[in-house]
Amino acid sequence: MSQRITINPITRLEGHGVIEIFLDDRGNVDRAFMQIPELRGFETFCIDRPAEEMPRITPRICGVCPTAHHLASTKALDDLWKVQPPPAARKLRELAYNAFYVEDHYIHFFFLGGPDFVVGPDAPAAERNILGVIARVGNDIAGQVIRVRREIRQMLETMMGKVIHPVFGLPGGVSRGISEEERQQFLPTARFAVDFAQFALKLFDDVVLKNKKYVDLVLSQGYTNQTYYMGLVDEKNRVNFYDGQVRVVDPAGKQFALFPARQYTDHIAEHVEPWTYITFPYLKKVGWKGFVDGMDSGVYRVAPLARLNVADGMATPLAEEHRAKMFATLGGKPAHATLAYHWARLIEALQGAERMLQLLEDPEITSPEIRCLPTATPDEGVGIIEAPRGTLIHHYWTDSNGMLTRVNLIVATNHNAAPMAISIERAAKALIHDGQVSDGLLNAVEMAFRAYDPCMACATHAIGHAPLELRIREGDGRLRQVVRR
Amino acid sequence: MAKPKVAFYWCASCGGCEEAVVDLHEKILDVVQAVDIVLWPVALDFKRKDIEAMPEGSIAVSFINGAVRLSEQLEWVRLLRQRSGLVVAFGSCAHLGGIPGLANYTTRERIFENKYLKSVSVDNPERRLPQTRSTVNGYELHLPEVWPMVKPLDEVIDVDYYLPGCPPPVSLIAAAVGAILSGQLPPKGSVLAPNKALCESCPLNETKPEKMSIPHFKRLATTSADPKTCFLAQGYVCMGPATRGGCGERCIRGNMPCRGCFGPPPQALDQGAKFLGSLASLFDARTEADAQAVADSIADPTGTFYRFSLPKSLLKGRTIPQTES
Repeated sequence: MSQRITINPITRLEGHGVIEIFLDDRGNVDRAFMQIPELRGFETFCIDRPAEEMPRITPRICGVCPTAHHLASTKALDDLWKVQPPPAARKLRELAYNAFYVEDHYIHFFFLGGPDFVVGPDAPAAERNILGVIARVGNDIAGQVIRVRREIRQMLETMMGKVIHPVFGLPGGVSRGISEEERQQFLPTARFAVDFAQFALKLFDDVVLKNKKYVDLVLSQGYTNQTYYMGLVDEKNRVNFYDGQVRVVDPAGKQFALFPARQYTDHIAEHVEPWTYITFPYLKKVGWKGFVDGMDSGVYRVAPLARLNVADGMATPLAEEHRAKMFATLGGKPAHATLAYHWARLIEALQGAERMLQLLEDPEITSPEIRCLPTATPDEGVGIIEAPRGTLIHHYWTDSNGMLTRVNLIVATNHNAAPMAISIERAAKALIHDGQVSDGLLNAVEMAFRAYDPCMACATHAIGHAPLELRIREGDGRLRQVVRR
Repeated sequence: MAKPKVAFYWCASCGGCEEAVVDLHEKILDVVQAVDIVLWPVALDFKRKDIEAMPEGSIAVSFINGAVRLSEQLEWVRLLRQRSGLVVAFGSCAHLGGIPGLANYTTRERIFENKYLKSVSVDNPERRLPQTRSTVNGYELHLPEVWPMVKPLDEVIDVDYYLPGCPPPVSLIAAAVGAILSGQLPPKGSVLAPNKALCESCPLNETKPEKMSIPHFKRLATTSADPKTCFLAQGYVCMGPATRGGCGERCIRGNMPCRGCFGPPPQALDQGAKFLGSLASLFDARTEADAQAVADSIADPTGTFYRFSLPKSLLKGRTIPQTES
């Protein structure tokens, strides 16, 4: 008799995310569905707004990564009005963006996803949170975690007006520059961020890499998916968060595509399913083959591990050392181990910190030339940026007065929606056999999920450390067993 | 003595209000010392059954952010209302509906059409749309129905206090927690922020002339603002006169005009109407035609004057038609 298993994070109660697993007649996993029961309609309610307001409106898609939406939007405005920001403005945007990356990656590692490793995947759920991390690493380190976040966010508030929902981006530049005094004030923050980033990687080394059990878990088949990968690269094919061309590699690591922002519709299409509000992007030239991975499926992944997989190297020296070590440990590039997202995330935080320091050491950043005023007639613009959770696309059309007539958005969580469903299905298949549901299932599914993004920021934002409840039903819907953690 | 119990909860929100709480930084450790957090889905373990098992009124205060647009959110906030002595609407969305409330200008059907049928990147030849009930390979799946209108919190439950802002600034969050812990609270229904309009505390207020005469409104897309002069005096729409103060003037200090996330100032119910009232006196117009020309130079009056407060406004968005291609 077929069975339905509902993994019901608390978020379903507020309408943010549900996982349904269906078993076949023999009690093995047939299909898993990850549903996103939410739709807010930014693409529609932004129509008729002045395009220059978009960097102030779209950050409300996600308050965890508002800076990503703010700057993707600002870049779309540059393209819309056909204007390039002056060097100092570009550097200010890049500085803000790298600083944001550092603190955003840490909120993930220390508050959300990292507790699985730092406290331990087998630890009681009640301890697998930030308080458990503090208990494990001690107050001194916890104080440093809070300090790095506080200093960076204070710097961002000065630069961008607000740190949650920034305001400084305008077509052709930014609204506010920084003074020499401010530059001097921010430099120690950047130096501290570089030190802290190395410390966080050492912590990962001590806690995870020196523990064979964790390494085996990271490399296990249940957490491996062979997919295409997508991410921005600079002119030397190195990881770039703020700008560049989109590069795609195939599951063997060979370059499949390299294209500028404007060409995204030649390469990406979105598939629609009736059972979820989220769309499933796939590579147009490979095609949608359903929820499967491999060379013949257009499913691709984005975010930290994907960015490292598509690039030839990191853009900064210390991060590059760690990247080389990561791929050596994982058996080469591309790495398909989903849990390696955590490692890649910490390496990216180091690049972000190093880049912050480079930009702040450049005196040009205090130049008062922060705006190049648009003179062209606007019509259409695309902005692509790497959000911490993956490639983020803003595409606007306007009338000649710059009033929006059409909007298309593909957010980071969109790209990973199909891979997440596949990862969940794989973890479920590894742990459910002949109708026997292992107690480790909830934990495994939760970890598969969290590796991509702890909070499903742009689509659901609330998985976090919700205790999961799993319901096993008979085919007629009768409840047979409830597993709770 | 037992520590007071505190709950944080989110409805239709972006997560920014959660980040704002984390931005208490070191102070959050003091909060954790002083109170017993019984619910905070983003960061801590979570037990709905525990909340259900609690006696009525046993939670000292629930801070609820996000607007309400799903039945499940309604069930949650009703439960928290019953169990809580105080409910604080936290942030613009719970207070006023917020930016997602701009969806009240359009319809669910248009949103679906643009997202799943007309999008340039969607490949949907079968013209599929998400359904509240669907069957795949014989498996039945359900999706919650999204309400046609976004609602502020006080439209569905009784709210004791409002903490304004998108998101609320750390100083006001800390002050609100302090006031609740010490029992020094203003009258029920108060907005926990200064009872003044933003202009009064604005660092540019000295440059705001007694009498303004704006011949034409400018847009920041194609002009640069002087960071040392009142935005209205320069001819930019700034919601300062129709917005409550207390935000720390963060946007102004970033050299960008106010968009009104704190909602209307005291005694004003409708932020857009309040702004229109302030605006009329700023026009440089002798005839009705002149006044119309000045008004026409405002790029998007409805989307700007009600940027954060449409669901809370007198219109709620229902009667305003949207012209859409």
